[in-house]
Amino acid sequence: MNVLVITEQRDGKFNPTSFEALAAGQQIAAETQGRLAGVVIGKGVAALADELAKVKLDEAWLAEHELLEAYTPDSYTIALSQVIAQAKPDLILLPHTYQVRDFAPKLAASLGKGMIGDCVGYRNENGKLIFVRQMFQGRTAADVTFLGDGPCFASLQAGAFRGDQLARGASPAPVKTAAVELKPEQIRTKPLELFREAKQAVDLTQAPILVAVGRGIKAAENIALAEKLAKALGAELCASRPICDEGWLPMDRQIGSSGQTVSPKLYLALGISGAIQHVVGMKGSRTIVAINKDANAPIFEVADYGIVGDIFELIPALTEELSKSA
Amino acid sequence: MKILACIKQVPAKDAPLAIAEGGAWIREADVTFEMNEPDSFALEEALRLKEKHGGEVVVISMGPERVKQTIKEALAKGADRGIHVADEKFYALDPLSAARSLAAAIAKESPDLVLTGLQSDDHGFGQTGVLLAALLDLPHATLIMQIEVTGGRMKLKRELEAGWFQWVESPLPAVLTIQSGINKVRYATLKGIMAAKKKEIATIARESLGVTSEATQRIERIYVPQKTKKTEFISGTAKEAAGKLIEKLRHEARVL
Repeated sequence: MNVLVITEQRDGKFNPTSFEALAAGQQIAAETQGRLAGVVIGKGVAALADELAKVKLDEAWLAEHELLEAYTPDSYTIALSQVIAQAKPDLILLPHTYQVRDFAPKLAASLGKGMIGDCVGYRNENGKLIFVRQMFQGRTAADVTFLGDGPCFASLQAGAFRGDQLARGASPAPVKTAAVELKPEQIRTKPLELFREAKQAVDLTQAPILVAVGRGIKAAENIALAEKLAKALGAELCASRPICDEGWLPMDRQIGSSGQTVSPKLYLALGISGAIQHVVGMKGSRTIVAINKDANAPIFEVADYGIVGDIFELIPALTEELSKSA
Repeated sequence: MKILACIKQVPAKDAPLAIAEGGAWIREADVTFEMNEPDSFALEEALRLKEKHGGEVVVISMGPERVKQTIKEALAKGADRGIHVADEKFYALDPLSAARSLAAAIAKESPDLVLTGLQSDDHGFGQTGVLLAALLDLPHATLIMQIEVTGGRMKLKRELEAGWFQWVESPLPAVLTIQSGINKVRYATLKGIMAAKKKEIATIARESLGVTSEATQRIERIYVPQKTKKTEFISGTAKEAAGKLIEKLRHEARVL
């Protein structure tokens, strides 16, 4: 099976999830006796294509155009469908980033094909690829297969494959320049400046201990309970997205795909169900404690220690235990 | 402005899930259903745009008879009318077939703006909005946190990863997927619930839309995921569990 990995770059730097997708591509191409290609898309990104060519693959494609300087879903869809016509892959792999979510379904649909999104793994059953993805906010997994002719599209969840296990080639692969034709009138949206909302007040990535609250905390006035526990632990307080959406904690204390990605030595998840958008931001923590009333909450999938119970009893009990033995 | 909001009905957040016989879906008889939360933000944004710029809010939902309840909820919140694309086995459609059906129904309405949530809490494909744009040949933008409409164009605040945002301009008509948390979702008032009783829900059988339902992918089975990590569960009263946990964090995990 010939595999094409669409890498992602911004300002001349690869998004590291690109290496994870390439690692998956190496594995699938090797298992199915296929060839592996990668593509770099943008403007003035030839150096990145050379960097890509050092990865163990059969060819590196360079898709450049004046109109690819800033990302737009229209320009990327048109350019990449031209790359696909030239590279002729059976399977196209992408990292499941916000940008990929913005254009990849459209790219697949423009070719009349489907995409299996946000895959956490795959199995090769006698040459047939079965992709595994999560459903019901991570409460179930699903085995999904492609039907009909290729090319097929699959995007891979961050962390599902090991970018650090990417094999380097003995010598650089050839770099092929894709012919890209784009006209300004084909691009209907106009991208303007990138910005950050506010200077990030707290850098949660540096905190050795984090106390995180989720929907289970129920009301703004209950945040104080968790705050006391955080103080007793010498921890920073953080939250899953819904808590910040409600304004109970500021947005810069959000952990997950739209917030910060952390890996403290201890992460206490209080009343957090464990939706994947949250878990991707904290699953690298050294020790994870989850307290939740629902024994089936997906947060327990990643927890080292779990307590099934009422956080409104357990948070004060933990705070008291710490104060008494400190 | 004619705004079309796509809303999906999904199992309630805390509904216990049991896998159905055959293994490809859940046992629906066991669960209650509610409006997909990300879509409720899209609906709210549609209602706010109408309040500001005038026009009409039409909601569309696909699925079996029960999804009418979710359409009624949207009407009670202030949507003007509903479209029910009836399909008993909607759950089995792949993202492209589902979007083709919705696109065919939406095309008949020629809306100025189509809004969807960023993903559904059941399948979680997260593709419908982008696919609708492709199929309707409209521009799109995703993960929208703010919409400003002036002179037939929109200025949009798009959320990127890791705390970054971007302004994007788009012409109308267009398709937008709305990021959760963009607004505070309203509750239906009693007056709204009464008014909804007089509002129209048009039902279209999905087969009558004449779109192919040739699937590009199939869910072979769903199952409770295998644990990658062994979780040690701590039991006892709150006080006992707290004591045991602190002990383990100090002397076993050695993180305190």
